[in-house]
Amino acid sequence: MMNANKLLAVAAAAILVAACSGSGTVPSGGSSDGGGVAPGGGGAGGGGSGAATSGIGGGGGAQFIGFDGEQPGDAEVIRNNLVIYFEFDSSEILSEFNGMLATHARYMAVSPDVTVRLEGHADERGSREYNIGLGERRAQAVRQILMLQGVSTAQLSTVSYGEERPAAFGSDEQSYSQNRRVELVYR
Amino acid sequence: MQSTWLRLRALIVVFALTPAAPALAQLEVTVSRGVERPVPTAIVPFGWQGNADDAPFDVAALVEQDLGNSGYFDPMARRDMVSRPTRASDLNFQDWRIVDVDIVLIGQMTQDAADRYTISFQLFDVTRAEQLLGFRVSTTSAEMRSTSHQIADMIYEEMTGIPGIFSTRIAYITEERFSPDERVFRLIVADADGFNARTVAESSQPLMSPAFSPDGRQIAYVSFEEQQSAIYVQTLRTGSRQRVSARVGINGAPVFSPDGRRLALTLSLNDGNLDVYTLDLSNQVLRRITQNSAIDTEASWSADGEFIYFTSDRAGSPQIYRVEAEPGNRAQRVTFEGTYNTRVRVSPDGGTLALVHRNQSRDRIALLNPENGFLNILSQGQLDESPSFAPNGAMIIYATRDQGQGVLAAVSTDGRVHQRIASVAGDVREPVWSPYARP
Repeated sequence: MMNANKLLAVAAAAILVAACSGSGTVPSGGSSDGGGVAPGGGGAGGGGSGAATSGIGGGGGAQFIGFDGEQPGDAEVIRNNLVIYFEFDSSEILSEFNGMLATHARYMAVSPDVTVRLEGHADERGSREYNIGLGERRAQAVRQILMLQGVSTAQLSTVSYGEERPAAFGSDEQSYSQNRRVELVYR
Repeated sequence: MQSTWLRLRALIVVFALTPAAPALAQLEVTVSRGVERPVPTAIVPFGWQGNADDAPFDVAALVEQDLGNSGYFDPMARRDMVSRPTRASDLNFQDWRIVDVDIVLIGQMTQDAADRYTISFQLFDVTRAEQLLGFRVSTTSAEMRSTSHQIADMIYEEMTGIPGIFSTRIAYITEERFSPDERVFRLIVADADGFNARTVAESSQPLMSPAFSPDGRQIAYVSFEEQQSAIYVQTLRTGSRQRVSARVGINGAPVFSPDGRRLALTLSLNDGNLDVYTLDLSNQVLRRITQNSAIDTEASWSADGEFIYFTSDRAGSPQIYRVEAEPGNRAQRVTFEGTYNTRVRVSPDGGTLALVHRNQSRDRIALLNPENGFLNILSQGQLDESPSFAPNGAMIIYATRDQGQGVLAAVSTDGRVHQRIASVAGDVREPVWSPYARP
């Protein structure tokens, strides 16, 4: 959710690569993105009470500078359409999202240095680890579509948060429909 | 009347996480429904002989609370007691027969040294006018709670034939939300009555799926602290931990094998497809147990460690399957009733399965007998999840919702006792019951 609310900062890749943290291989405690876990028993109360919540990657100040083959309106689409929503218990991509995914794919295909992290999510119904699976399946579905349209594997990474990071907090269909999603996070 | 006096030492507290941690109750257990005829019980306040005017701790009150909350006992209020004997010689059975009490506990605490106390107690059957239990326990002020829980355990076992679980612990995840982007996740370990809650790990990113090792000394869990899921195994006493799996893709659903040497876990690796694996913790050898394009996850070991039960949606909707815990075996489907069965846990004796069963769009905790396929729905909520057996196999703790907030609850496997577990810790979920503490 965090990045969807921010202005998308798509930019020349150099800026972004610098802000990018590795994929799960950062040594314990060395994460730069404020996710530090403090094992109990050490210092007072386990530390980490600051609860840093910086976005993932997302270089501040960077801006979209267009790309070869850009069509009118592409910039708006890329800035404002970063979330794909899903039906209950489904990872099928609804046709209404084909257009925006095509635009993202067109941009990424000609910007090989741009990387996108696909963050899959589920609503709160169902068991938590199974929902991790559902979120992953959704992220993979988006990945497949982007790759079919010329985006390279190396530009895409996936993560599933299952139901652990909802965008809306209610226990009703309106909240659920906002939570069944994949977020495109440019880095 | 014959007394059987034995010596019993208080167990060592295993989770000495932060020495100065105050004994706070983060959860409050109350019985919302007990058995139809709970045993009428009188827990008489214990006598006191020591330097101070009052005993350092009200042992009888905690024993009374434990037994009352179990749902199998109906403790009499102190104000209704006609007499308050503290020694067998002062006990008049007639006092208790007239108020229809079945069992009476009496006892005394004696101070032996600055911080050394002896607690003697005797449990009597009122109708037969005979002693059921008689023990003497040496303890300290810091151990008063655990000593009281042990006394309650002994009474519970004497009366029900089932070992008590008042001395066990539970682990759970809490989430405090300050804004959608500002959240704190904690992994907590507390006594079974909610006291002595201690933070084991704390993160601004999700923590998930805690699982105790069979000796209760370690806990495995999933953490997203590196922006990807990874599995850690942490030693509770020291707080030291090891990252045992941070492979590409999903690292989830860890559970220790019954011998504690392996973890079953879920990985997606490069292709994004979730399968169940085992990881040998001594040599890091990884073995793939399931191989299917469906979501295979949420492993649970059979009691003998020969089989792994897991969730799979290979037939369309998620159901429970069982496979031998070695690579290359075919899985057999276990659940057939309903379109949605997930998050299975095998009972300590291996005979039954607790799982999440969806019926008329309600997710509830159910118990399945895999031999005859009989499914018994135990809980009453809408979004109940994460069942975990107590080590005596008689209770199941699970997560549910109360006014939009995640809370815990417990139910007996016979469905007769329901406990509410109120929380002061924000959203609470994913409870796991510890094994019996081993000294």
